[in-house]
This record gives sequence, structure tokens and C-alpha cells, in this order.
Amino acid sequence: MKFLVCISLVPDTTTKISFVDGDTKFNNDKVQWILNPYDEWYALVRALELKEANGGNVTVVNVGGADNDQVIRKALAIGADDAIRIDITNDVDSFAIASEIAAVAKSGGYDMILLGKETISYNGSNLGGLLAELLDLPFVSYASKLDMAGNTATIERDIEGGKEILSVDVPFVISCSKGMAEARIPNMKGIMGAKSKPLNVVTPQGVGSLTSTVKYELPPAKSACKMISADNVEELVQLLHNEAKQI
Amino acid sequence: MAVLFLVETAAGKVKKASFEIASYAAKVASQLGTEAIGLALGTASADELSALGIYGAKKIVHANNAAFDTFDAGATAKAIADAADKTGATVVAISQTLTGKAVAPRVAVRLQAGIISGAVGLPDADFVVKKGAFSGKAFAYMKINTDKKVISLVPNSVGATKGEGSATVEALDLTPATSRVTVKEVVRQTGDVAPLPEAELVVSAGRGMKGPENWGIVEDLAKVLGATTACSRPVADVHWRPHYEHVGQTGVAIRPNLYIAIGISGAIQHLAGVNQSKCIVVINKDPEAPFFKAADYGIVGDLFEVVPKFTEALKAFKASQH
Repeated sequence: MKFLVCISLVPDTTTKISFVDGDTKFNNDKVQWILNPYDEWYALVRALELKEANGGNVTVVNVGGADNDQVIRKALAIGADDAIRIDITNDVDSFAIASEIAAVAKSGGYDMILLGKETISYNGSNLGGLLAELLDLPFVSYASKLDMAGNTATIERDIEGGKEILSVDVPFVISCSKGMAEARIPNMKGIMGAKSKPLNVVTPQGVGSLTSTVKYELPPAKSACKMISADNVEELVQLLHNEAKQI
Repeated sequence: MAVLFLVETAAGKVKKASFEIASYAAKVASQLGTEAIGLALGTASADELSALGIYGAKKIVHANNAAFDTFDAGATAKAIADAADKTGATVVAISQTLTGKAVAPRVAVRLQAGIISGAVGLPDADFVVKKGAFSGKAFAYMKINTDKKVISLVPNSVGATKGEGSATVEALDLTPATSRVTVKEVVRQTGDVAPLPEAELVVSAGRGMKGPENWGIVEDLAKVLGATTACSRPVADVHWRPHYEHVGQTGVAIRPNLYIAIGISGAIQHLAGVNQSKCIVVINKDPEAPFFKAADYGIVGDLFEVVPKFTEALKAFKASQH
């Protein structure tokens, strides 16, 4: 079975977010870029587990510039067989990214396209649905469990306040949430092996964006926490009623 | 021209997030000088649907076909796009629920529309929309540059505005696409409180609870408030609480009006899922817990003493309000 895992690069979770050029651009200075955790921990690792159980090939695909290669190698170190980087260095939206990945996916003939439930940078959850529609494939989102029997997958996915269990035949697109797999730490053999695995750079189709980011904004600074004595919970009730107006 | 919004139902009842999206769509429609039309798919009562008029919808089109009662992102998206064509809608507004996240991007591709997902405000005259970014640490203002537009709105971000009136309900004939997924089982939490992403009041607890057997005091507090219960990641990981209660970066991201965190230290990954809450109360025995920095109100103390006292004080307060 051929797996394609979409991996995005995001600022490390602990990054202090700031903007430049009149708040129109994300400030890249001193930012540590990592694999989007959900792409890495859940989508990539589950694809590797399925490959290890039943055979196949795991390809990771990323949209970005040559600076990304070092982080893409981590996906190879964890166990992906090969990587594709679609060479785009300017800011593009999720539709453009999806269109570029769809072109790669079409020519690769993959059985399953996996990705994380969202990126921790834009939190859009757009890519999976866009890809599925562009490729005319079924889409299962926020999956927490995935088992294969032949060409049929049994999947558990999150729904509000519960879960749904469903089955679907390959090919399909699946976005992965917690429960799907456990994070893997690359070992020395993986890290050494990653250096010789193929990382193919592909020229983009040049699909345009349909949206643009006008500016960014930081949330207003939080005022100091009002401390209330543990012996005076009545004061908290009054504050929640009179000041916060939440009860 | 019209603004089409998706009415989500569960077991025939309109979901709370759909009241908010109806209000939102009505406001967008009024900005554009047009009307908001709701789309309901599958089994739902006409009374339930016409009640959406209170929130500003003039008309609900209802594809009352049981084929839509089980969810398939592809089939649902096709139905929404078909309905947009039939109603002449140029803007489609969908709640960013788990259903919305699965279908909105597909609808956008079908309509050749740009999409903004995770909106937290109304579009301005240039159709620039504010959305959350960097897991609650910033906002982005995005512009849709296509004629047709898809917006998904974070639940509980703008609120539902109640007014007067009822919506007319019209049957809409949509041909369901053949579903390519087979739904085998749906497991839902019991009880009548709102599910987490839609909840306005949330009582959440973490490792400070010491064990699942101690959750009674959390549930008592939630009951007095009419709040939904939640938990931190370590607690869900060891199965003290169900997976769907886990809020934070790897769990559910929420933005309730009131978030009460009990025995949760406030790691950055937890804050990423709750930092958009309008009011945060932290109860923790450790005065150095990082959560206090993100809180509006804090109590340093033994939660096993503070929480029951707080519950009693709330009970007394609620009784005095009647």
C-alpha cells in the first residue's frame, strides 16, 4: 500500500509570536521550526505502523523552500521512505497548497493520504477537505483510530461529545487526532539513514491563492489575575456575577 | 445573492452552534443587502427549523431526506454546494464544528470559493475577516478574493443574537450523492449539557484531583452552573476521564464564556486550547502554577476544600436570585 503523508512546518509550540512590516508578516527571527505535531505524531507514525504490518511505502510531502529540508529529514529519520518537497517560497493559502499536493498525489497513485487534524500555526483544518474534494476522494476527519483489513479501513473519528465508527475503502484522505499513534523519537540509525533517502524537489504548478492575509494582531494583554482568599469563595461568586457577568 | 448557512442537527434537534451561525449569517446578509437562508439536511421537525427565525433567518430550505441522516463529508458538501447554486447564495457560512471542519473546505472547492476557517468576527466592507491563529496566540485578518466565499465560524465566538420572528420552511429537492463511507456506530455522551466545543460554561479538572473517584466535587460544581465538564491531557491519557473531555492543544480547543480550571497547572499546550475563554478561574494549591498568569480570578488552596465550598456558595447565590 502506498501512503502519502502531508507534513507542514510550524513554529515550535513555545515560540513567542510576533510580527514585522507593520504587522503584515510573521517574524521568522529566532523561530525554531518543527514538524507540525499532529502530522508527525499521528499521521506519519500511523502510516509507518501500517506499512510495518502490511508492507508498502511511505512518502512525505511538504510545500516550502530549501530551508525546510533539514526538518523534512526528521520525517525520513522517523521512518518515511522518501520525501517530496514542492518548491514554493512565497506565502500561499491553503487552496494553493492543496492544489499543489493534489497534483503530486494524482501522479503518485497513493492508496491513503494522511495528515494531522490541523496545523498549530493557522489552525484552519482546511487541507484535508480541500485535497479530498480536488481528488474526488472520501474524507474522514479527526480520526483517532485506524485499522486496515485488506483494502477496507475501520476508523473511529471524533464527533462533538463522542465518537463515530465507520468503514471506508481505499483510496481516501484522513486527518488524524490524538489516539491514532504515539510519537516516535528517531534513533541514530534512522538519523544516519535519512541522509541517503531520496528528497525530491518538485517544481510547483503555480496555482494561485484565493485568499490573502492582510495583517496580524496579538490579543490584548491579559490584566493581572485577581487573587481571592480560599476562605472567601463568596467573593468569587460575587465577582463572577457583578464584575465578569458570567453567572 | 443570498447568504446560505448550514443548520446542523443531532437526533432531529437543531444544535446550539446553528443558532449562532444563523445570527452571523443574518448579519452578513444585512451588510450585503440580502437575506440569510438556512439549509437543513435530513430529518428535522419544521417547528425546530422555523424557530431559527428568532436568530434572523428568513427562510430555511429543508432537504428532508433520510439519506442525509448519516454523515459523509463528500455527500454533505455536494448537498451544500447544490443548495448554494439553487438559492443563488454567494456566501456560505458554516460553524467550525467537527462537521464544519470536514465539509467547509470541500464546499469551497465545489464553489470555486476562497475559504476562511476559524473566523471569530464579521467581515468588513472589503470582506476581510478576523480569525484565530497560532493556537490562540494571535489573530490574522484574511481577505477572500473570489466572488463566492466560504466562512467557517468558531462556535461561541460572536454569540447568537435573539430577536423576533419565525422562518418559513421550504422543501428543497437535493439528490444525495452515493456515500462512500459506511457509518457503523455513533457513540454520544449522555446528559443535556452542551457538548464541549459549544459549551458556554466549562468546569475542567486535572491531575490535582488525585484519582477518578474524586470527580464528584467537579461534577457537583458543573451541575450547579449547568456547565460541561472537561479535563487536562494527563487525566485523559490515564483514562480517568473520557477522551472527548480532553481540552488543550492535542484535545479540543474551546472558547467558553467561563472556564474554571481545578488542579490544572496550565502548561502551554493546555493554554493553547483554552486561552480564548472570556473569563478564566483557576483553583490550585500551588501559587506558582503558570495558569494563574492566564487567569482572571485565582484561588490558592486545597481544591478538596475550596471546590465544595464554592459549589455551596454558588447554590446559595442561585437560590437568592429566585
